[in-house]
Amino acid sequence: MENAERPFKDQMREQKLFQSRVIACAVGVLLLTAMLVGRLVQLQVVDTQHFTELSEGNRIRTAPLAPTRGLIFDRNGLLIAENLPTWQLVAVPEEIDDLDGTLNALTRLDLLTDVDLEELAGSVRSRLGFERVTLGNLSESQAARFAVRRHRYPGVDIQEGLVRHYPYAGAGVHAVGYVGSISSDDLELIDRGEYAATSQIGKTGVERSYESVLHGQVGYRQQEVNAQGRVLLDPAMTEGGENQPTLLTRWPTPGRHLILSIDMRLQLAGARAMGVQRGAAVAIDPRNGDLLALISTPGFDPNRFAAGLSRNDYVALTTDPDNPLFNRALAGRYPPGSTIKPMLGLAALHHESVDPHEDHYCGGYFRLPGSTHRYRDWRPQGHGAMNLHSAIVESCDVYFYQLAVELGIDSLGSSLTAFGFGAPTGIDISGEAAGIVPSREWKRQQFANPADQVWFPGETVIAGIGQGYTQVTPLQLANASAAVAASGRRFRPRLLIGTEDAVSGAFEQVEPVEADPVHVADESHWQMIQDAMLGVTNEPSGSGLTAMLGTPYTVAGKTGTAQVFSVGQDEEYDEDNVDERLRDHGLFVAFAPFDAPEIAVAVVVENGGGGNRAAGPVARAILDAYFGIEDHGDSYD
Amino acid sequence: MATATIDWGANQQRPLRSLLPGGVSLNVDLPLLLTMLAITGFGFIVLYSAVGENGSLLLRQAVRCGIGFCAFFALAQVPPNYLRAFTPWVFCGVFGLLLLVMIDGEVGKGAQRWLSLGVVSFQPSEFMKLAVPLMVAWFMHDRSLPPTLPQVAVLVLIVLVPALLIARQPDLGTALLVVAAGSLTILLTGVSKRIIAAVGLAGLVSAPIAWQFMLDYQRARVITFLNPESDPLGAGYNIIQSKIAIGSGGIFGKGWLNGTQAHLEFLPERSTDFIFAVMAEEFGLMGLLLLLALYLVLVGRGLFIALAAQDTFTRLLAGSLTLTFFVYVFVNAGMVSGLLPIVGVPLPLVSAGGTSMVTLMAGFGMLAAISGQKKRLAA
Repeated sequence: MENAERPFKDQMREQKLFQSRVIACAVGVLLLTAMLVGRLVQLQVVDTQHFTELSEGNRIRTAPLAPTRGLIFDRNGLLIAENLPTWQLVAVPEEIDDLDGTLNALTRLDLLTDVDLEELAGSVRSRLGFERVTLGNLSESQAARFAVRRHRYPGVDIQEGLVRHYPYAGAGVHAVGYVGSISSDDLELIDRGEYAATSQIGKTGVERSYESVLHGQVGYRQQEVNAQGRVLLDPAMTEGGENQPTLLTRWPTPGRHLILSIDMRLQLAGARAMGVQRGAAVAIDPRNGDLLALISTPGFDPNRFAAGLSRNDYVALTTDPDNPLFNRALAGRYPPGSTIKPMLGLAALHHESVDPHEDHYCGGYFRLPGSTHRYRDWRPQGHGAMNLHSAIVESCDVYFYQLAVELGIDSLGSSLTAFGFGAPTGIDISGEAAGIVPSREWKRQQFANPADQVWFPGETVIAGIGQGYTQVTPLQLANASAAVAASGRRFRPRLLIGTEDAVSGAFEQVEPVEADPVHVADESHWQMIQDAMLGVTNEPSGSGLTAMLGTPYTVAGKTGTAQVFSVGQDEEYDEDNVDERLRDHGLFVAFAPFDAPEIAVAVVVENGGGGNRAAGPVARAILDAYFGIEDHGDSYD
Repeated sequence: MATATIDWGANQQRPLRSLLPGGVSLNVDLPLLLTMLAITGFGFIVLYSAVGENGSLLLRQAVRCGIGFCAFFALAQVPPNYLRAFTPWVFCGVFGLLLLVMIDGEVGKGAQRWLSLGVVSFQPSEFMKLAVPLMVAWFMHDRSLPPTLPQVAVLVLIVLVPALLIARQPDLGTALLVVAAGSLTILLTGVSKRIIAAVGLAGLVSAPIAWQFMLDYQRARVITFLNPESDPLGAGYNIIQSKIAIGSGGIFGKGWLNGTQAHLEFLPERSTDFIFAVMAEEFGLMGLLLLLALYLVLVGRGLFIALAAQDTFTRLLAGSLTLTFFVYVFVNAGMVSGLLPIVGVPLPLVSAGGTSMVTLMAGFGMLAAISGQKKRLAA
């Protein structure tokens, strides 16, 4: 095969041609190498005297200057991430005569706490030359205490710097994120020169996704050093005075400030209402996709990451059974329960698979034709005669079992997809889950075993009340509720609404991005569904009435309860007898004011029981904060 | 007189039977392997000095080296015929990844060039350095040499389209290296001297036009190269300090771990792009001549393999892989010693870092496979 003659190939001639080219290239290689050697001889033999003198007299070193990280504000200008001065105790090993004595003395002064002196001494000794070694962080008073005694400890000094600080601690952490030490993974993705003087980088949230905006540009300064590398003169360290003209400084460019869509009042009110419960709450402006609140509880204190988290503390956070690092608002996947009933009702109207005014009788359970299995309503005695409006208002399950069967799983699935379920919303921070919109196709791809790939009619039934395979994130639920409030208009949710130049204060706005709208056959369908949601929170039989009693604004909503634990056919779900982790999730979606919605909210409370009772008060707290109503609880701080 | 049967010593290699149980022969090209080991070994000694006692960095480099040698051994076992059969898929795959980076790349260094696959992120542009010569060699394999003018046009497209995509990322350095790798392959196809002259002229003419399209930082690099003193704080500082390091090293160097330029932190990027200067300062001209000699042994061995190769595909591939390797050496050494502008090209097999170590060793694996081809046919 290799040597088969090809009609158009003259093997010998081609080989000769190739040989001549290789030889030409080899000559080129030798010439370039000779050129290189010539250059090296010039530098290392001919001019070596000159360069040796330069090297010996090399006293000017260029040191990088860190840019100041941009600040982060909420939509009303409240500062949510700032830079505070910090003091570090540093040592220059070469200048310390008695290392152990010095360290012991510092410990007696209460400047070194919680450290293993042996280990610290070892790490200081392992450094060469005039490199500075950090001994520990100091508080302001500790720094002052050392400053007056500095002369007694040659080789020990205070180094000032800036550290990221979040005044609201954990309240906004799952939106804002936090900064931490630059890891080797981070190094792969950044320009090392730009981070030469920076030790921290955004790890999650907007701190990470807008890292390049926040960071700024590195500067340089020239320092004069002696032959051992010790800094003799540094214009950036000495104030004014003897600035030598030969020493140059290029100041860093600070990073831009970020203005977020978050409203800290809502964020704090929501977090307080969640209390110690696990869950998430998301508030969104249906007119532009602005995220007004993005809450995931429990949270954690990002300041601990910025200050440098100990290994034990980090392990404690990652192994906490409540998983505080997990962003439930973006990545938590929950069965939506009855909160999707309005959207399914809309789909049924669109596909004309239901007559909204026709009554169906609800006797407390539903049976598929030819089956004895009972799909139960949450109300054992049933709701009686139900039409679409009252089925949404009272959250009748039997009506929606029937509706799902008539709509069919494929139409049901595609209507949920139109509201943005089953795909990331495209929010401007990372870590978002896609969730699941079940369909025959999805099930075929999901399971390897052919027996598991079959779609059962019963799975369509429970999909009608948001149970079974369906999984949504709180962010998706809020975004879909905003779409209902805006009669189908959808936006890509966003946290950043603008940036500001740290020096000039020039503001640059970020425009909202629209997403594909939800189409319906008849625009009056929106009115019908919105009216039903108004009924949920306003009619006497509404399932969300108590949560929204007496609001001075008109609010529409929908409750939801998502089963975590499936109850046997003949058993009763008895909350007191079920383990806390297996209790139902409570959900609540709402939007207000009804006539011209400005805010849509979705709340999930894990294992909180019913939606109205567990999630309703959180939604209420956020809405109250938005409309400026005084909270009856204690004030924050 | 050159005849159809040439043996330039390609048969001297012995399969390493002892490495695998049961007498299964593992194809390695011993001269290639030993020289690579010598260079990486020398590199580790210099790197140790360059990074001080930074054990984790040395360990990471050792891991990359290990992955590189795995790639070498793996590709050395792939018969060149298979390689040729897979070439179009490899090229299309890498090209697809490049498009993906444009759409969905992680923003690193202010440029879109990294693709993240869960835990690992990598630069698809790096793999183009291998994919382009492979594709050129594949295209010419069944055609007679030298290529006709339309064929040359196709070859130029194979080289330029990926290169332009990479330049848009923007990663001018890698784009130029891809062009270099592709052009060298085309050169080896025996394309007529008139075409070479015409392309060279076109290149000269288009330089001012390219200047218009360059980004600020790219222009700054060219200006700094022409006059390092114009930016003594930024890029110019690097080149000034690196020339001092090389020059003060003299003939015999200051001795291992004794380089003041490196250890007093005057020298930037001393573990990566400027490691050549650390070597120059501590081991002097003698050390550099040793290193260059080792590089030339690799290049010589590669060209021998190319001359002894049996068909157009392997010939072109072996030749271009070898010459491209030399280009890296020349560009890095040239930039550090102030002969060339600063483009971020690491010193092959020595600089700490990244994908380039793996692609280089993968390239040598292909060379070893080509060198073992004749043996396989005989067996």
